[in-house]
Formats: sequence, structure tokens, C-alpha cells
Amino acid sequence: MRFKTFSSPHMAPARSVNRVMGQVLLALIPGTAAMTWYFGWGVLINVSLAVTVALACEALMLLLRGRPLTPHITDLSAVLAGWLFALAVPPLTPWWVTLVGVGFAMIMAKHLYGGLGYNPFNPAMVGYVVVLISFPREMTLWLSPSVIAELNLSLPQTFAAIFTGTLPEGLTWDMITAATPLDRIQTGVGLEQPISQIQTSPFFGYLGGVGWEWISLWFLLGGLWLLKRRVIGWQIPVAMLGTLTLLSGLFWLINPEVYASPLFHIFSGAAILGAFFIATDPVSASTTPKGRLIFGAGVGALVFVIRTWGGYAEGLAFSVLLMNMMVPLIDHYTQPRVFGKTSAGKEG
Amino acid sequence: MNDTPYGKIVADGLWYNNAALVQLLGLCPLLAISGTVVNALGLGLATTLTLIVSNVTVSFIRHWVRPEIRIPIYVLIIASVVTAIELAMNAYFHELYLVLGIFIPLIVTNCAIIGRAEAFASKHTLPKAFVDGLIMGIGFTLVLVALGAMREAIGQGTLFDQAHLMFGEAARGLTVTLIEDYRGFLLAILPPGAFIALGLLLAVKNLVDDRLEKRAAARRAEALGEAGA
Repeated sequence: MRFKTFSSPHMAPARSVNRVMGQVLLALIPGTAAMTWYFGWGVLINVSLAVTVALACEALMLLLRGRPLTPHITDLSAVLAGWLFALAVPPLTPWWVTLVGVGFAMIMAKHLYGGLGYNPFNPAMVGYVVVLISFPREMTLWLSPSVIAELNLSLPQTFAAIFTGTLPEGLTWDMITAATPLDRIQTGVGLEQPISQIQTSPFFGYLGGVGWEWISLWFLLGGLWLLKRRVIGWQIPVAMLGTLTLLSGLFWLINPEVYASPLFHIFSGAAILGAFFIATDPVSASTTPKGRLIFGAGVGALVFVIRTWGGYAEGLAFSVLLMNMMVPLIDHYTQPRVFGKTSAGKEG
Repeated sequence: MNDTPYGKIVADGLWYNNAALVQLLGLCPLLAISGTVVNALGLGLATTLTLIVSNVTVSFIRHWVRPEIRIPIYVLIIASVVTAIELAMNAYFHELYLVLGIFIPLIVTNCAIIGRAEAFASKHTLPKAFVDGLIMGIGFTLVLVALGAMREAIGQGTLFDQAHLMFGEAARGLTVTLIEDYRGFLLAILPPGAFIALGLLLAVKNLVDDRLEKRAAARRAEALGEAGA
């Protein structure tokens, strides 16, 4: 086998922020479409609303800070933050929750720290955690997946639910909302029901929850495409999902009736979305190759710990933020050896 | 040291050397208790009273205290004052006392108080120490109340909620509901809300200082220009 080697100069493809963000957005489309299929028009409305608010806040802060609108507003980073926020919240989230969450994300978590490239925390996750803590009731408005729901809201009905908080006559919130599979496992295990019994409910599918498993698979597809395009490194997704599998597998082997299976952990909630799209944020994640492995492993471990023993059913956002805090430390201790120096940084 | 004019004491305590906004002292009670205006006011007044009494006492005995043992003596004085205030609040404002809980005895550990004793009262005459304690306390209370108002308005959409704890039954009507049917914004009431709100207050203070500085510089330049002409 022969490898062709060309002599320098080599030409590297242009990798502008704009291009990277654009590819990430493209990769989000299949998963978002699947989410719309299973959870209705609310997903699309939330995405459009969140993206609009994100762009408006970005423009406002750029004006206040006396920065030029372009190229900052067209670099698509605000669009991505809004989009990720919209995927994290339930499909019938009231408009003002999105407004508060995205506003907080863009103004407090991004621009007060100095804008793109300077924010230590992932803005979309900061926004999500703010609304999760502040509006616990609104954050539970998840719907039954459309394939098993008795009735699905039409586009105008969804619009009314999000913007005026009213449901079509004869319907109550309890009739259309349903706990997520992760919620069901957590509540069920809390009541000391065996997991095999909890999973007989129609909300559970082959891998995770009904609908959720397909959404996760489509996000996985987008994520793999990003890996192939080298938009993201392999370290964070592999380390995160690997640690999650390892930990959940270990406990599952000990007692499968109290601890859910690794497959369920990976294909429920935001594990895949988080591993490929959220934890890999180039600004707030670790930047060294070894550091990314540690960062991903930390996120995976924390997700498992919060899901299993924590107060919230899903812990991805908290895990990412907690690990964001560790990034300066991780980066400091995982500096790769510079050519011509020893690993301790001395002249070799 | 003894010649600090009263005007400077007042300006320092309220603005330029504010205990909470500039010295950043006493943040523990400041952040923990500023959930509502009434709590903030209660704690602020208790702290002010402590500051006045401890400042006056420290100033009074300043010639007899040996420098080697001054800190334990200040701590003893402050602890006695706080104990007295705690018992008084327990007697006269029992419900408010229950709400503020551990943060009343914890006034002892408020660094602003021992800070004033060490940095000001031990070097100044009695009247000046009294004014300093009063003004520092008022400056601290104002920040507490501002923070409490911000957090209460955003967190639960009211102002002066539970005013009867402090002003008696007649004050129940004082409660102002800013927004009817407000769902509440839990973050503002939780500890992170306190940190964020204090950060915003600091930012506003720095902004105002910046503006004042710029205006003063412009005026100086103008005066210089006129003198030159």
C-alpha cells in the first residue's frame, strides 16, 4: 500500500466560525425534524421563537457594547444557542419562558462575559438551567409522543397554547402532557417498583422511550456527520457516552431492577444531543485532546449520578455547566508537550 | 487621623467607601437575607445599631486598650452588643426574629463591624465614631434594601410583603403587589439571584462613578481652557 505524499505548501480549508456553526445547524436538522414528528409543532415554534429572541438579544448587546453588528450577528452562534435551548425545553413551553431563558443566555451568560469566545459557560445550558430552576411547573409540559397520544394539537392550537396558555375546549394540561421516560424511571424507582415493571408502560420502546429513541438516533446521525467532517473532535462524545455506558452498565449488572440499562441511558433524554452538540461547544469545553477526554468523562459520570441519585430526572445541563467550571483546571494540567521542550515545560 | 471631616465620613459611608458596594464586607448576611425588603430592612437596622454601639464603645476605650490584645476585645464588645440586640429582637419583633433566624447572632461575624472598629473607631473621637457607625450602617442598610427590593419584585412580584412582622398589624396594607397573578421567578429568591443582583448593583455603581469621573475631567479641562484663554 502506498500513501501519496505531496510536498508543501498545503492548503487548509477555511474554517470560519460561520461555517462551523452552519454545519452544526445542518446536523441538527434531522433530529429536530424527528422531534417535531413526535412532539408536534411546538418544537418548530419554540425553535423559531428562541432563534428570533437570541438574534434580537445579540443585536441589542452588540449595540450597547458599541460593537459592529456584522460579522458577530451573522456568525450563526446566536442562532445555534437559541436552537439548542429550544430543543432542551418542553414543546409547549410558554413564550415568556423562552424569552427569559434565551435572554438570560445571551445577555448574562454570553455578552457580560465578553461575547463569543469569552464565555466560560455554555450559554444555551445556562438559559435552560435558569428556567428549569425558576419555572419548575412549566418545564414539565412534555407531551405524549404523537405515535401513542390519543390526540395531537394542530398548528393553530399549539400556537394558542404557547402564546396565550389556552388549550382547545374540553382539554386540560393533564390530558395531553406526560412524564418523560427518565421521569417515569426516577419516580418508579423512588416508589420501589422494579424497572422491568415500569418499562411495561406504553411509553417505553426498544432502546429508550417511545419517540425518544428515534430522536436520539437522528441526532446521532447528525453527530456522526459532524465527526466525519471534523467539525467536532471524537474525544468528548466518545468519553462522555463511554463513561455513561460504563457506569450505568456496572450498576445495571449489579441490579437491573433498580438501575436502568446502559442502552436506556444513552437513548433517553439528552445524552446523544448533549454528547455531540452541547458538550462539544468549542468555546466552553476543554481545548486540549487529553482534556477533552477528561471533560467528556466528567459530563458522562455526572449525568449518570444526577439521573440515578439526583433530584432531577435529567442532569445533562447541570453536568455540562459543572464541567465548564473545571475547564481552566483541566486545560492547565493537560497542556500537550511543546516540540523542543520536556513534558514539564523545560527546555529539553 | 483624627481630623476626618464629617462631610467625608458621610460621603464615604454612603457612597465612596460603602461597606457593601465598595468594601464588599458582610456579604454573607447581605446575600442570605435580602430575599424581601422587610427582611433586609430588619437585618440592616440591627446591623446599624450594632455598628453604632460597638463604634462608640471602641472609641471610648481606645486609649486604654493595648494594641496587642485589641482584636479579642473588639470581638468581645461586638458579641455582647449583638447578644443584647438579639434578645431585644426576640422580645419585641419575635416573628421577624424567627424569620431572620441565625443571621441575627451571625452579625457578630460581619466583617464590616470589626472593620470599622479597627480602621476608624479606634483612631477617632467619640462623636466621629458615632457618626461613622450610623452612616456606615445606613449605607449597608440601603444596599440591603435595594437588593431586597430587586429580588422581591422580580422573585415574587411584590414589595414590602409581610410588613406586619416589623411595623405591627396596621402595616399589613403596606404590601404592594406589582404584578397580579405573577408566577414567580424562583432564581431571584434563591442564592444565585442574590449574587447576580449584587453584581448588577456593583455594575451600576461603577457606571455612575465612571460618568461622574468623566464629567469632572471634562469640567477640569474646560476650566483649564478658559484659564488659558
